[in-house]
Amino acid sequence: MKHHPYKTDLPVMLPFKPVETESFGSTIKLWYVVPILALILGTSAIAQSGSDIRLGALQTLMRWMPLLLQGFIFNVLISVMAMAIGTGLGAALGIGQLSLNRFVRSSSWLLTQFFRNAPWLVLLFFAMFLLPFEVNVFGIIIPLPDWVKATIGLALPVMANVSEIIRGAVLSLPSGQWEAAESLAYSRRQTLWLIILPQCLKRMLPPWMNLYAILTMATVLASIVGVSEVMTLTGEALAAEGGRPDLLAPFYAFVLLIFFVYCYPIARLTVRLERKFSVIN
Amino acid sequence: MNWDETKPMVSIKDVYKSFGTLEVLKGVSLDVMKGEVICIIGPSGSGKSTLIRCINGLNDIQSGSILVEGQEVNDPELNKLELRKKVGMVFQQYNLFPHKTALENVMMAPIRVLKHDKEIAQKAAIKLLRKVGLEDKVNAYPGEMSGGQQQRVAIARSLAMNPDVILFDEVTAALDPETVNEVLLTIKKLAEDGMTCILVTHEMGFAREVADHIYFTDGGLIVEHGNPKKFFENAKDPRTKEFLSQIL
Repeated sequence: MKHHPYKTDLPVMLPFKPVETESFGSTIKLWYVVPILALILGTSAIAQSGSDIRLGALQTLMRWMPLLLQGFIFNVLISVMAMAIGTGLGAALGIGQLSLNRFVRSSSWLLTQFFRNAPWLVLLFFAMFLLPFEVNVFGIIIPLPDWVKATIGLALPVMANVSEIIRGAVLSLPSGQWEAAESLAYSRRQTLWLIILPQCLKRMLPPWMNLYAILTMATVLASIVGVSEVMTLTGEALAAEGGRPDLLAPFYAFVLLIFFVYCYPIARLTVRLERKFSVIN
Repeated sequence: MNWDETKPMVSIKDVYKSFGTLEVLKGVSLDVMKGEVICIIGPSGSGKSTLIRCINGLNDIQSGSILVEGQEVNDPELNKLELRKKVGMVFQQYNLFPHKTALENVMMAPIRVLKHDKEIAQKAAIKLLRKVGLEDKVNAYPGEMSGGQQQRVAIARSLAMNPDVILFDEVTAALDPETVNEVLLTIKKLAEDGMTCILVTHEMGFAREVADHIYFTDGGLIVEHGNPKKFFENAKDPRTKEFLSQIL
Protein backbone atom coordinates (compact mmCIF):
# COMPACT_ATOMS: atom_id res chain seq x y z
CA MET A 1 0.00 0.00 0.00
CA LYS A 2 1.32 3.35 -1.04
CA HIS A 3 1.07 6.05 1.47
CA HIS A 4 2.79 9.29 2.15
CA PRO A 5 4.12 9.60 5.70
CA TYR A 6 2.69 13.10 6.10
CA LYS A 7 -0.76 12.39 4.75
CA THR A 8 -3.01 10.88 7.30
CA ASP A 9 -6.59 11.10 8.47
CA LEU A 10 -5.70 10.57 12.10
CA PRO A 11 -6.00 13.89 13.91
CA VAL A 12 -3.21 12.99 16.32
CA MET A 13 -0.86 12.53 13.39
CA LEU A 14 -1.60 15.93 11.91
CA PRO A 15 0.78 18.78 12.65
CA PHE A 16 -0.45 21.12 15.33
CA LYS A 17 -2.22 24.15 13.95
CA PRO A 18 -3.29 26.86 16.36
CA VAL A 19 -6.99 27.55 16.10
CA GLU A 20 -7.50 31.01 14.75
CA THR A 21 -9.43 33.20 17.12
CA GLU A 22 -12.65 33.74 15.34
CA SER A 23 -13.90 37.21 14.71
CA PHE A 24 -17.41 38.18 15.64
CA GLY A 25 -18.61 38.08 12.04
CA SER A 26 -17.39 34.59 11.29
CA THR A 27 -19.21 33.08 14.27
CA ILE A 28 -22.54 34.05 12.77
CA LYS A 29 -22.10 31.13 10.40
CA LEU A 30 -22.52 28.88 13.38
CA TRP A 31 -26.09 30.07 13.73
CA TYR A 32 -27.09 28.37 10.51
CA VAL A 33 -26.36 25.06 12.15
CA VAL A 34 -28.95 25.58 14.80
CA PRO A 35 -32.08 26.00 12.66
CA ILE A 36 -30.94 22.94 10.74
CA LEU A 37 -30.69 21.10 14.02
CA ALA A 38 -34.19 22.22 14.91
CA LEU A 39 -35.39 21.15 11.50
CA ILE A 40 -33.97 17.69 11.94
CA LEU A 41 -35.53 17.38 15.35
CA GLY A 42 -38.84 18.51 13.94
CA THR A 43 -38.84 16.25 10.93
CA SER A 44 -37.72 13.27 12.93
CA ALA A 45 -40.62 13.87 15.25
CA ILE A 46 -42.98 13.86 12.28
CA ALA A 47 -41.54 10.60 11.15
CA GLN A 48 -42.08 9.12 14.59
CA SER A 49 -45.70 10.13 14.81
CA GLY A 50 -46.51 8.42 11.52
CA SER A 51 -49.92 10.02 11.51
CA ASP A 52 -51.25 11.87 8.45
CA ILE A 53 -54.58 13.26 9.61
CA ARG A 54 -52.94 15.73 11.93
CA LEU A 55 -50.75 18.58 10.78
CA GLY A 56 -47.03 17.89 10.76
CA ALA A 57 -45.10 19.01 13.83
CA LEU A 58 -43.33 21.77 11.95
CA GLN A 59 -46.53 23.22 10.57
CA THR A 60 -48.01 23.12 14.04
CA LEU A 61 -44.95 24.90 15.38
CA MET A 62 -45.25 27.52 12.63
CA ARG A 63 -48.81 28.22 13.70
CA TRP A 64 -47.81 28.76 17.31
CA MET A 65 -44.61 30.64 16.59
CA PRO A 66 -46.05 34.19 16.74
CA LEU A 67 -47.51 33.50 20.17
CA LEU A 68 -44.31 31.92 21.43
CA LEU A 69 -42.26 34.85 20.16
CA GLN A 70 -44.63 37.20 21.93
CA GLY A 71 -44.01 35.22 25.07
CA PHE A 72 -40.30 35.54 24.52
CA ILE A 73 -40.59 39.31 24.15
CA PHE A 74 -42.20 39.20 27.57
CA ASN A 75 -39.14 37.32 28.87
CA VAL A 76 -36.94 40.02 27.40
CA LEU A 77 -39.08 42.69 29.01
CA ILE A 78 -38.84 41.00 32.41
CA SER A 79 -35.09 40.58 32.02
CA VAL A 80 -34.53 44.21 31.00
CA MET A 81 -36.63 45.53 33.86
CA ALA A 82 -35.12 43.19 36.44
CA MET A 83 -31.67 44.19 35.20
CA ALA A 84 -32.50 47.89 35.46
CA ILE A 85 -33.94 47.58 38.97
CA GLY A 86 -31.19 45.21 40.08
CA THR A 87 -28.45 47.45 38.69
CA GLY A 88 -29.85 50.53 40.38
CA LEU A 89 -30.22 48.86 43.77
CA GLY A 90 -26.98 46.93 43.34
CA ALA A 91 -25.02 50.09 42.55
CA ALA A 92 -26.24 51.65 45.78
CA LEU A 93 -25.44 48.48 47.70
CA GLY A 94 -22.01 48.12 46.08
CA ILE A 95 -21.06 51.68 46.94
CA GLY A 96 -22.46 51.05 50.41
CA GLN A 97 -20.02 48.17 50.75
CA LEU A 98 -17.19 50.66 50.23
CA SER A 99 -18.49 53.15 52.79
CA LEU A 100 -16.26 54.24 55.64
CA ASN A 101 -19.30 54.12 57.89
CA ARG A 102 -19.16 50.75 59.56
CA PHE A 103 -22.91 50.29 59.85
CA VAL A 104 -23.56 51.12 56.19
CA ARG A 105 -20.68 48.92 55.10
CA SER A 106 -21.63 45.85 57.12
CA SER A 107 -25.34 46.02 56.37
CA SER A 108 -24.63 46.41 52.65
CA TRP A 109 -22.29 43.46 52.87
CA LEU A 110 -24.87 41.36 54.69
CA LEU A 111 -27.64 42.14 52.20
CA THR A 112 -25.33 41.40 49.30
CA GLN A 113 -24.21 38.07 50.72
CA PHE A 114 -27.75 37.08 51.65
CA PHE A 115 -29.20 37.61 48.19
CA ARG A 116 -26.14 36.34 46.39
CA ASN A 117 -26.28 33.02 48.17
CA ALA A 118 -30.00 32.43 47.80
CA PRO A 119 -31.50 30.23 45.06
CA TRP A 120 -33.17 32.43 42.45
CA LEU A 121 -36.30 30.31 42.43
CA VAL A 122 -36.75 30.69 46.18
CA LEU A 123 -36.39 34.45 45.87
CA LEU A 124 -38.96 34.36 43.10
CA PHE A 125 -41.45 32.49 45.27
CA PHE A 126 -40.66 34.84 48.08
CA ALA A 127 -41.52 37.85 45.92
CA MET A 128 -44.63 36.18 44.48
CA PHE A 129 -46.20 35.34 47.80
CA LEU A 130 -45.01 38.15 50.02
CA LEU A 131 -45.64 41.13 47.78
CA PRO A 132 -49.24 42.41 47.80
CA PHE A 133 -51.27 42.39 44.59
CA GLU A 134 -51.48 46.15 44.72
CA VAL A 135 -49.75 48.97 46.55
CA ASN A 136 -51.14 52.24 47.72
CA VAL A 137 -48.78 55.14 47.05
CA PHE A 138 -50.19 58.43 48.34
CA GLY A 139 -53.72 57.39 47.53
CA ILE A 140 -52.89 56.07 44.07
CA ILE A 141 -53.43 52.36 43.82
CA ILE A 142 -50.79 50.67 41.73
CA PRO A 143 -51.59 47.08 40.85
CA LEU A 144 -48.77 44.59 41.07
CA PRO A 145 -49.49 41.88 38.52
CA ASP A 146 -47.62 38.59 38.71
CA TRP A 147 -45.03 39.53 36.12
CA VAL A 148 -44.10 42.67 38.05
CA LYS A 149 -43.64 40.59 41.18
CA ALA A 150 -41.53 38.13 39.23
CA THR A 151 -39.44 41.01 37.94
CA ILE A 152 -38.84 42.20 41.49
CA GLY A 153 -38.04 38.66 42.60
CA LEU A 154 -35.44 38.30 39.86
CA ALA A 155 -34.06 41.79 40.49
CA LEU A 156 -32.99 40.78 44.00
CA PRO A 157 -30.21 38.34 43.04
CA VAL A 158 -29.21 40.70 40.23
CA MET A 159 -28.87 43.45 42.80
CA ALA A 160 -26.59 41.32 44.97
CA ASN A 161 -24.43 40.31 42.02
CA VAL A 162 -24.13 43.87 40.73
CA SER A 163 -23.13 44.92 44.23
CA GLU A 164 -20.30 42.40 44.18
CA ILE A 165 -19.27 43.36 40.64
CA ILE A 166 -18.89 46.97 41.77
CA ARG A 167 -17.00 46.07 44.94
CA GLY A 168 -14.73 43.73 43.01
CA ALA A 169 -14.02 46.29 40.28
CA VAL A 170 -13.21 49.01 42.80
CA LEU A 171 -10.88 46.72 44.75
CA SER A 172 -9.19 45.59 41.54
CA LEU A 173 -7.92 49.10 40.81
CA PRO A 174 -4.32 49.69 41.90
CA SER A 175 -4.16 51.36 45.32
CA GLY A 176 -1.93 54.00 43.74
CA GLN A 177 -5.02 55.57 42.22
CA TRP A 178 -6.49 56.15 45.67
CA GLU A 179 -3.19 57.41 47.02
CA ALA A 180 -2.66 59.82 44.13
CA ALA A 181 -6.17 61.19 44.56
CA GLU A 182 -5.75 61.50 48.34
CA SER A 183 -2.43 63.28 47.87
CA LEU A 184 -4.17 65.83 45.67
CA ALA A 185 -6.62 66.54 48.50
CA TYR A 186 -9.66 65.04 46.80
CA SER A 187 -12.30 64.08 49.34
CA ARG A 188 -13.22 60.43 49.53
CA ARG A 189 -16.48 61.06 47.74
CA GLN A 190 -14.72 62.94 44.94
CA THR A 191 -12.09 60.23 44.67
CA LEU A 192 -14.78 57.59 44.29
CA TRP A 193 -16.96 59.45 41.79
CA LEU A 194 -14.34 61.29 39.74
CA ILE A 195 -11.46 58.87 39.72
CA ILE A 196 -12.29 55.36 40.86
CA LEU A 197 -15.78 54.59 39.52
CA PRO A 198 -15.24 55.99 36.00
CA GLN A 199 -12.28 53.63 35.66
CA CYS A 200 -14.35 50.75 36.98
CA LEU A 201 -17.09 51.10 34.38
CA LYS A 202 -14.99 49.37 31.75
CA ARG A 203 -14.05 46.58 34.12
CA MET A 204 -17.65 46.10 35.19
CA LEU A 205 -19.17 45.93 31.73
CA PRO A 206 -18.22 42.34 30.80
CA PRO A 207 -19.36 40.71 34.08
CA TRP A 208 -22.48 42.87 34.02
CA MET A 209 -23.37 41.67 30.52
CA ASN A 210 -22.65 38.13 31.56
CA LEU A 211 -25.04 38.57 34.45
CA TYR A 212 -27.67 39.88 32.05
CA ALA A 213 -27.38 36.79 29.86
CA ILE A 214 -27.73 34.56 32.92
CA LEU A 215 -30.74 36.57 34.08
CA THR A 216 -32.42 36.30 30.67
CA MET A 217 -32.10 32.54 30.80
CA ALA A 218 -33.43 32.56 34.35
CA THR A 219 -36.61 34.41 33.34
CA VAL A 220 -38.19 31.07 32.40
CA LEU A 221 -38.34 30.42 36.15
CA ALA A 222 -41.29 32.79 36.10
CA SER A 223 -43.28 30.07 34.33
CA ILE A 224 -43.27 28.11 37.57
CA VAL A 225 -45.16 30.91 39.27
CA GLY A 226 -47.58 31.23 36.36
CA VAL A 227 -46.35 34.27 34.45
CA SER A 228 -47.31 34.02 30.77
CA GLU A 229 -43.81 34.01 29.40
CA VAL A 230 -42.47 31.75 26.68
CA MET A 231 -42.24 28.55 28.73
CA THR A 232 -45.75 28.89 30.09
CA LEU A 233 -47.08 29.59 26.61
CA THR A 234 -45.20 26.63 25.19
CA GLY A 235 -46.78 24.40 27.80
CA GLU A 236 -50.18 25.83 27.01
CA ALA A 237 -49.67 25.41 23.28
CA LEU A 238 -48.66 21.81 23.75
CA ALA A 239 -51.72 21.19 25.94
CA ALA A 240 -53.95 22.83 23.32
CA GLU A 241 -52.57 20.43 20.71
CA GLY A 242 -53.70 17.58 22.89
CA GLY A 243 -50.34 16.75 24.40
CA ARG A 244 -48.92 15.16 21.26
CA PRO A 245 -45.55 13.66 22.21
CA ASP A 246 -44.14 14.34 18.75
CA LEU A 247 -44.50 18.08 19.37
CA LEU A 248 -42.42 18.17 22.55
CA ALA A 249 -39.00 18.08 20.89
CA PRO A 250 -39.62 20.70 18.18
CA PHE A 251 -41.42 23.09 20.50
CA TYR A 252 -38.81 23.04 23.22
CA ALA A 253 -36.03 23.05 20.62
CA PHE A 254 -37.58 26.23 19.29
CA VAL A 255 -37.56 27.80 22.75
CA LEU A 256 -33.93 26.80 23.19
CA LEU A 257 -33.17 28.27 19.82
CA ILE A 258 -34.63 31.72 20.51
CA PHE A 259 -32.76 31.93 23.80
CA PHE A 260 -29.57 30.91 22.05
CA VAL A 261 -30.02 33.46 19.30
CA TYR A 262 -30.62 36.17 21.89
CA CYS A 263 -27.95 35.24 24.44
CA TYR A 264 -25.11 34.01 22.27
CA PRO A 265 -24.30 37.41 20.72
CA ILE A 266 -24.24 38.87 24.23
CA ALA A 267 -21.76 36.23 25.31
CA ARG A 268 -19.60 36.84 22.23
CA LEU A 269 -19.64 40.58 22.78
CA THR A 270 -18.70 40.05 26.43
CA VAL A 271 -15.71 37.96 25.44
CA ARG A 272 -14.67 40.57 22.92
CA LEU A 273 -14.93 43.40 25.43
CA GLU A 274 -13.03 41.39 28.02
CA ARG A 275 -10.23 40.81 25.53
CA LYS A 276 -10.18 44.44 24.51
CA PHE A 277 -10.08 45.78 28.05
CA SER A 278 -7.48 43.31 29.21
CA VAL A 279 -5.18 44.69 26.53
CA ILE A 280 -5.75 48.27 27.60
CA ASN A 281 -5.36 47.76 31.30
CA MET B 1 2.47 81.38 51.88
CA ASN B 2 3.45 83.14 55.06
CA TRP B 3 5.82 80.91 56.84
CA ASP B 4 8.44 82.10 59.32
CA GLU B 5 11.54 81.12 57.43
CA THR B 6 13.68 80.75 60.52
CA LYS B 7 11.71 77.69 61.59
CA PRO B 8 11.77 74.36 59.76
CA MET B 9 8.91 73.94 57.31
CA VAL B 10 8.73 70.24 58.01
CA SER B 11 9.85 69.06 61.40
CA ILE B 12 9.90 65.35 62.18
CA LYS B 13 10.64 64.34 65.76
CA ASP B 14 11.16 60.89 67.16
CA VAL B 15 8.71 59.15 64.85
CA TYR B 16 7.83 55.50 65.43
CA LYS B 17 5.83 53.51 62.92
CA SER B 18 5.10 49.81 62.72
CA PHE B 19 2.98 47.63 60.45
CA GLY B 20 1.63 45.03 62.86
CA THR B 21 4.67 43.64 64.63
CA LEU B 22 7.08 44.93 61.99
CA GLU B 23 8.78 48.10 63.22
CA VAL B 24 9.58 50.26 60.23
CA LEU B 25 10.56 53.57 61.83
CA LYS B 26 12.28 53.48 65.19
CA GLY B 27 12.67 57.07 66.26
CA VAL B 28 13.37 59.22 63.23
CA SER B 29 13.94 62.95 63.40
CA LEU B 30 14.73 65.44 60.67
CA ASP B 31 14.08 69.07 59.81
CA VAL B 32 13.51 70.65 56.43
CA MET B 33 13.81 74.39 55.93
CA LYS B 34 11.93 76.31 53.27
CA GLY B 35 13.55 75.99 49.87
CA GLU B 36 15.74 73.10 50.93
CA VAL B 37 16.19 69.93 48.93
CA ILE B 38 16.50 66.85 51.11
CA CYS B 39 17.47 63.44 49.80
CA ILE B 40 16.80 60.34 51.81
CA ILE B 41 18.83 57.35 50.71
CA GLY B 42 19.33 53.89 52.10
CA PRO B 43 18.86 50.20 51.40
CA SER B 44 15.43 48.83 50.49
CA GLY B 45 13.20 48.22 53.47
CA SER B 46 14.96 50.81 55.59
CA GLY B 47 11.74 52.80 55.92
CA LYS B 48 12.50 55.75 53.67
CA SER B 49 9.29 55.57 51.64
CA THR B 50 7.24 55.00 54.77
CA LEU B 51 8.81 58.08 56.28
CA ILE B 52 7.82 60.44 53.51
CA ARG B 53 4.36 58.90 53.21
CA CYS B 54 3.84 59.84 56.86
CA ILE B 55 4.46 63.50 56.05
CA ASN B 56 1.23 63.85 54.04
CA GLY B 57 -0.73 61.44 56.17
CA LEU B 58 -0.88 58.52 53.72
CA ASN B 59 0.57 56.46 56.59
CA ASP B 60 -0.22 57.22 60.20
CA ILE B 61 2.39 56.96 62.89
CA GLN B 62 2.34 55.32 66.32
CA SER B 63 4.20 58.02 68.20
CA GLY B 64 6.27 61.12 67.68
CA SER B 65 5.48 64.36 65.98
CA ILE B 66 5.42 65.60 62.40
CA LEU B 67 4.90 69.32 62.01
CA VAL B 68 4.17 70.74 58.59
CA GLU B 69 4.27 74.54 58.78
CA GLY B 70 3.55 74.23 62.46
CA GLN B 71 0.55 71.93 61.96
CA GLU B 72 0.70 68.57 63.73
CA VAL B 73 0.13 65.68 61.32
CA ASN B 74 -0.08 63.08 64.12
CA ASP B 75 -3.41 64.39 65.31
CA PRO B 76 -6.69 62.49 64.95
CA GLU B 77 -8.49 65.82 64.48
CA LEU B 78 -6.22 66.78 61.60
CA ASN B 79 -7.91 68.05 58.46
CA LYS B 80 -6.02 65.88 56.00
CA LEU B 81 -7.42 67.71 53.00
CA GLU B 82 -5.94 70.99 54.22
CA LEU B 83 -2.59 69.30 54.87
CA ARG B 84 -2.53 67.76 51.40
CA LYS B 85 -3.16 71.08 49.73
CA LYS B 86 0.20 72.15 51.14
CA VAL B 87 2.11 68.90 50.55
CA GLY B 88 2.36 67.54 47.04
CA MET B 89 3.47 64.03 46.23
CA VAL B 90 4.92 62.25 43.21
CA PHE B 91 4.98 58.46 43.13
CA GLN B 92 7.24 55.77 41.75
CA GLN B 93 4.43 54.41 39.56
CA TYR B 94 3.32 57.92 38.43
CA ASN B 95 -0.32 57.03 39.29
CA LEU B 96 -1.79 59.30 36.67
CA PHE B 97 -5.52 58.89 36.15
CA PRO B 98 -5.61 56.75 32.99
CA HIS B 99 -9.09 57.86 31.94
CA LYS B 100 -8.09 61.53 31.80
CA THR B 101 -5.79 63.38 29.40
CA ALA B 102 -2.55 64.97 30.58
CA LEU B 103 -4.27 68.34 30.73
CA GLU B 104 -7.24 66.97 32.69
CA ASN B 105 -4.91 65.18 35.07
CA VAL B 106 -3.22 68.49 35.83
CA MET B 107 -6.22 70.81 35.97
CA MET B 108 -8.79 68.57 37.63
CA ALA B 109 -7.67 68.98 41.23
CA PRO B 110 -7.39 72.80 41.06
CA ILE B 111 -10.93 72.92 39.67
CA ARG B 112 -12.54 70.30 41.90
CA VAL B 113 -10.54 70.71 45.10
CA LEU B 114 -9.39 74.33 45.10
CA LYS B 115 -12.55 75.44 43.24
CA HIS B 116 -10.56 77.49 40.78
CA ASP B 117 -12.25 78.89 37.72
CA LYS B 118 -12.04 76.38 34.90
CA GLU B 119 -10.46 78.70 32.35
CA ILE B 120 -7.84 79.97 34.77
CA ALA B 121 -7.03 76.41 35.86
CA GLN B 122 -6.69 75.31 32.25
CA LYS B 123 -4.32 78.15 31.41
CA ALA B 124 -2.24 77.37 34.47
CA ALA B 125 -2.20 73.68 33.61
CA ILE B 126 -0.99 74.34 30.06
CA LYS B 127 1.72 76.57 31.47
CA LEU B 128 2.83 73.84 33.84
CA LEU B 129 2.87 71.25 31.08
CA ARG B 130 5.04 73.62 29.08
CA LYS B 131 7.32 73.99 32.07
CA VAL B 132 7.87 70.22 32.20
CA GLY B 133 8.36 70.18 28.41
CA LEU B 134 5.11 68.49 27.44
CA GLU B 135 3.09 71.20 25.72
CA ASP B 136 2.63 68.84 22.75
CA LYS B 137 1.16 66.11 24.99
CA VAL B 138 -1.68 68.20 26.41
CA ASN B 139 -4.38 65.97 24.94
CA ALA B 140 -2.55 62.66 25.24
CA TYR B 141 -3.76 59.97 27.61
CA PRO B 142 -1.29 58.46 30.10
CA GLY B 143 -1.31 55.18 28.16
CA GLU B 144 0.01 57.02 25.11
CA MET B 145 3.03 58.48 26.90
CA SER B 146 6.40 57.10 27.93
CA GLY B 147 7.19 56.57 31.61
CA GLY B 148 9.32 59.70 31.74
CA GLN B 149 6.58 61.77 30.15
CA GLN B 150 3.97 60.38 32.53
CA GLN B 151 6.18 61.17 35.48
CA ARG B 152 6.62 64.74 34.28
CA VAL B 153 2.84 65.07 33.97
CA ALA B 154 2.62 63.76 37.53
CA ILE B 155 5.05 66.47 38.65
CA ALA B 156 2.99 69.11 36.83
CA ARG B 157 -0.16 67.71 38.44
CA SER B 158 1.38 68.07 41.85
CA LEU B 159 2.62 71.60 41.07
CA ALA B 160 -0.85 72.64 39.92
CA MET B 161 -2.00 72.52 43.54
CA ASN B 162 0.65 75.11 44.32
CA PRO B 163 2.09 73.14 47.25
CA ASP B 164 4.70 74.44 49.67
CA VAL B 165 6.63 71.20 49.69
CA ILE B 166 6.70 68.22 47.32
CA LEU B 167 7.50 64.65 48.29
CA PHE B 168 9.18 62.49 45.65
CA ASP B 169 8.95 58.77 46.36
CA GLU B 170 11.58 57.01 44.22
CA VAL B 171 10.20 58.78 41.17
CA THR B 172 12.81 57.47 38.75
CA ALA B 173 12.92 53.87 40.00
CA ALA B 174 10.36 52.59 37.47
CA LEU B 175 11.75 54.50 34.50
CA ASP B 176 13.85 53.39 31.56
CA PRO B 177 17.42 54.63 31.98
CA GLU B 178 17.14 56.98 29.01
CA THR B 179 14.12 58.78 30.47
CA VAL B 180 15.49 59.13 34.00
CA ASN B 181 17.40 62.26 33.10
CA GLU B 182 14.44 64.22 31.76
CA VAL B 183 12.65 63.68 35.06
CA LEU B 184 15.70 64.52 37.15
CA LEU B 185 16.22 67.71 35.14
CA THR B 186 12.61 68.69 35.79
CA ILE B 187 13.09 68.21 39.52
CA LYS B 188 16.38 70.09 39.42
CA LYS B 189 14.63 73.04 37.79
CA LEU B 190 12.03 73.01 40.56
CA ALA B 191 14.72 72.94 43.19
CA GLU B 192 16.46 75.88 41.55
CA ASP B 193 13.17 77.78 41.55
CA GLY B 194 13.16 77.42 45.33
CA MET B 195 10.63 74.62 45.77
CA THR B 196 11.06 72.68 48.99
CA CYS B 197 11.65 69.07 47.97
CA ILE B 198 11.96 65.88 49.96
CA LEU B 199 13.18 63.01 47.82
CA VAL B 200 13.61 59.33 48.41
CA THR B 201 16.04 58.31 45.70
CA HIS B 202 18.65 55.90 44.50
CA GLU B 203 20.17 58.43 42.13
CA MET B 204 23.38 59.18 43.99
CA GLY B 205 24.77 61.50 41.34
CA PHE B 206 21.57 63.52 41.43
CA ALA B 207 21.55 63.62 45.23
CA ARG B 208 25.11 64.83 45.28
CA GLU B 209 24.43 67.56 42.75
CA VAL B 210 21.07 68.87 43.90
CA ALA B 211 20.58 68.05 47.58
CA ASP B 212 21.27 70.52 50.35
CA HIS B 213 21.24 67.75 52.88
CA ILE B 214 21.40 63.97 52.66
CA TYR B 215 19.97 61.53 55.17
CA PHE B 216 20.99 57.89 55.20
CA THR B 217 18.49 55.46 56.73
CA ASP B 218 19.03 51.88 57.73
CA GLY B 219 16.82 49.62 59.82
CA GLY B 220 14.28 52.35 60.56
CA LEU B 221 16.86 54.81 61.88
CA ILE B 222 18.72 57.75 60.43
CA VAL B 223 22.26 56.51 60.62
CA GLU B 224 24.05 59.51 59.22
CA HIS B 225 23.31 62.83 57.61
CA GLY B 226 25.12 65.82 56.27
CA ASN B 227 25.71 67.96 53.23
CA PRO B 228 26.53 66.03 50.06
CA LYS B 229 30.24 66.72 50.10
CA LYS B 230 30.68 65.62 53.68
CA PHE B 231 28.34 62.68 53.22
CA PHE B 232 29.88 61.20 50.10
CA GLU B 233 33.51 61.91 50.87
CA ASN B 234 33.65 61.61 54.59
CA ALA B 235 31.05 59.08 55.75
CA LYS B 236 31.69 58.00 59.33
CA ASP B 237 29.25 55.18 59.99
CA PRO B 238 30.35 51.73 58.76
CA ARG B 239 26.85 51.02 57.39
CA THR B 240 26.93 54.17 55.29
CA LYS B 241 30.39 53.31 54.05
CA GLU B 242 29.32 49.83 53.09
CA PHE B 243 26.20 51.10 51.28
CA LEU B 244 28.16 53.75 49.40
CA SER B 245 30.86 51.30 48.42
CA GLN B 246 28.22 49.04 46.89
CA ILE B 247 26.46 51.83 45.04
CA LEU B 248 29.27 54.07 43.83
